[in-house]
Amino acid sequence: MGLEARLKSEGFITSTVDAVVAWARENSVWPMPMGISCCAIEMMASGDPRYDIARFGSEVMRFTPRQCDLMIVAGTVTYKMAHVVRKIYDQMPDPKWVIAMGACTSSGGMYRSYNVVQGIDQFLPVDIYLAGCPPRPDNLLNALMQIQNKIGKTKARDFQDKKLPDLTVL
Amino acid sequence: MNLRELIPQKLQEKFPQVKFKFVDYRGDLSVQFDKEHIINIGRFLKEDPELEFRLCEDVTAIDWAERKNRFTVVYHIFSMKHNFRLRLKVPLIGNEESDYDIDSVTVVWKGANWMERETYDMFGIKFNNHPDLRRMYMPEDFQYYPLRKDFPLMGIPGSLPLPKKE
Repeated sequence: MGLEARLKSEGFITSTVDAVVAWARENSVWPMPMGISCCAIEMMASGDPRYDIARFGSEVMRFTPRQCDLMIVAGTVTYKMAHVVRKIYDQMPDPKWVIAMGACTSSGGMYRSYNVVQGIDQFLPVDIYLAGCPPRPDNLLNALMQIQNKIGKTKARDFQDKKLPDLTVL
Repeated sequence: MNLRELIPQKLQEKFPQVKFKFVDYRGDLSVQFDKEHIINIGRFLKEDPELEFRLCEDVTAIDWAERKNRFTVVYHIFSMKHNFRLRLKVPLIGNEESDYDIDSVTVVWKGANWMERETYDMFGIKFNNHPDLRRMYMPEDFQYYPLRKDFPLMGIPGSLPLPKKE
């Protein structure tokens, strides 16, 4: 690898702050496992040794939103659940990203019905729509890599003016 | 004696004033009667030592939409002693909102509590003297009854609020 050779001969490398920050961010995306229904089973499978989401630095599934960067909404979101999902999303610190995992989450899927939200983009900003019913773990890993590409293009100051969410409103 | 013959016989003996209708379809016995008698008949079926329908398996309703009597409340009860299921069908006479009510059977079968709440939530049938008649699935301030035939598939726009996007 080139890195070790350079460190050995010169002891330092030059880069920009933006590149270093983006590199750190994209390789330590901590997911919030918002497992609501069957897609969550595939999400769990992506954490097992066979698919091993740890290869991408995302094995740290945090069960508190306050330590998360990425929300994986895995499952059918009903109108009642939408308020809970949004509340959890609002508690995540910026910068944050969202994967809409599966057909239900992206578009309501087969639940064309009065009680299922026909796509979570009606109340959340979604970065990746992941097709499948449910998507296989490798699809989820692909979505994660897409998110990493997206994070890699950000600059550190992109997020400095973000308004804090109003947590007093449900 | 076969329970399918015993139940009609016992019910008619015990409640001579009630008009029963018995249907035996492929081994499933259904009993139909008016809603005033639901508590008495339910208690009799549960407590009679030869029947012992101790378990209320389900309470639901049927919306017949255009029929004269729009709703029918249906109870599925089970006798563990005999491994026998019985269906009670109670048509609600009338077509006004005030007609859609029936006495709660929670005084007979405690387990009917949540099933009656579900039926209330989905069909808007009021169960009189129910200990806790709140909605089961839909938000408490929701104003419609989703399983009624006149409820549109995709719901009433704006009746279920979503969080704001930003």
